[in-house]
Amino acid sequence: MSKTPVTFRLNGEDAAAFADPGSNLLDFLRRAVGDLSPKYGCGQGTCGACTVLIDGEPHLSCITLAETVTGREVRTAGGLANGPILDRLQEAFIDKFAAQCGYCTPGMLMAATALLDKNANPSRQDVIDAIGGNICRCTGYEPIVDAILEASRNTRGAA
Amino acid sequence: MLRVETYPTAAEAARALGPGARFLGGGSLVMIELNYGASDIERIVRTTDPALKDIRVEAGRIHLGALVTMADVLRSRELSFLAPVAQAVGGPAVRSAASVGGNLFAPHPYGDFTVALLALDAMVQTAGGASHPLEGYLADRSGLVTSVSFAAPASNEFAFRKVRRVRPKGASVMSMACRLSRSAGQLSGVRVAYGAMAPTAVRAKAVEQALEGATLDERGIAPALARATEGLDPPTDALASAWYRKETAPVHLHRLLLGENAR
Repeated sequence: MSKTPVTFRLNGEDAAAFADPGSNLLDFLRRAVGDLSPKYGCGQGTCGACTVLIDGEPHLSCITLAETVTGREVRTAGGLANGPILDRLQEAFIDKFAAQCGYCTPGMLMAATALLDKNANPSRQDVIDAIGGNICRCTGYEPIVDAILEASRNTRGAA
Repeated sequence: MLRVETYPTAAEAARALGPGARFLGGGSLVMIELNYGASDIERIVRTTDPALKDIRVEAGRIHLGALVTMADVLRSRELSFLAPVAQAVGGPAVRSAASVGGNLFAPHPYGDFTVALLALDAMVQTAGGASHPLEGYLADRSGLVTSVSFAAPASNEFAFRKVRRVRPKGASVMSMACRLSRSAGQLSGVRVAYGAMAPTAVRAKAVEQALEGATLDERGIAPALARATEGLDPPTDALASAWYRKETAPVHLHRLLLGENAR
C-alpha cells in the first residue's frame, strides 16, 4: 500500500508523516504523528470530539482526508498548554468544573479556541453556537459555556 | 487497494470518475463511508481547481462554485440572505467542510441548502459545461457538479425556515424555503421548496399554484396552507412520523410566508 507524505505545521512546529491512502486526519494525527489529544467519538462528523483547527477554522478531523492538510497549519488541544502552564481556556474548564469524563473536552477546547480567536467578547449565545457541534453527555453544557465565557473575560482582563 | 487521485481541474477529475470511484468534495459525506469501511470505493477522486471555490455575482446572477463551503457563504456579504440557511447546516466545524455541491447529495433528512437553492430556481453546472435545472438534476444526480447559479433575490423576497428538535444543531424535521416574487402587489412566479418531506428536496407545486396571484396576508395564503402537503408522501424516521410532518407542515408554511411571529 503506497503511502502519501504529508508535511504541515502542527501547533506551531513543522511536522511530517506518511498517511495511508484515504485515511482521515484523526487517525493520521493519533497513529502516524503521535498527537493523541483529538479523540475518536463517532467517526461520522457528529460528536465534535475530534475537532481541530486548520488554518484557524474548526474542522472535524475524522471526516477530513489527512493529505488535505499538506502545507497548512493544524492546531490541536495538545498544543494549547505552554509546557506546564495551561491555556486560559484549560484553566477556566478546571475552575468551572467543565469536564467530567473529559472525553469531549479536547474538542470543546478547540471549538472554543476558534471562537475566542475571532471574537474576544462573545455573548452566551455566541458560545452556545460555537460549541453547537460538540456533544457532551456529562455536564449538561452549562459549566462549559460558563468556562468559555470566564476564559474570554480573563483574556480581555489580561490584554 | 484504495487510491486517492488529485487533479488540477474539475474536467480532469470528471474524466477520472467511473466504476469504483467517488468524488471527494468537503468530505462530510464520503469520509464517513470510508471510515465505516465502504468496500465499493476503490478510488477517491478530488480536485484542487480554484474555480470550484468561486463566489461571483454577474449581471444579477449569483454563481457558487461546488466547493464553496457553508462557512464561505456565512463570510460573504453578497450572500447574507443565505446566512440563515448556511447557519442551519451542522455546527461550525461541519460548516468548514460541508460544500454547496456536496449538499445536493446529502441524504434525507439533510440537505437544507439544497432546499434554498430549489426555491431560488437554481441551475446546476456540471463538468463539460452542461447546465441543468436543479429539480431535474436531483432526479438522477448525474455528472460532476462544478457550480450552481441563480438570480439574486430582491430584498425580503427570500425566506427559509428549519424545524428541528435539537438546537442549535439538529437534523431537519422539515425545512422550507420560498421566493416570494411579486407583480403589482400580487404574488407571481412564487417558488416554495421543502426538505425532509420526500427522499430529496422537493418543490411544493400545489402551494406555488395556490399562491399565484394571491396577496401575502392571512386571507391570501389560506388556500396554499390547505394544500401544504398535497402530492407529498413524507417519510417516517426517528425524528418524526409522516403523520406529524403532514400535520405540522401548514403551521410552518404559515410562519415561513408571513414571518416567525405570525399566528
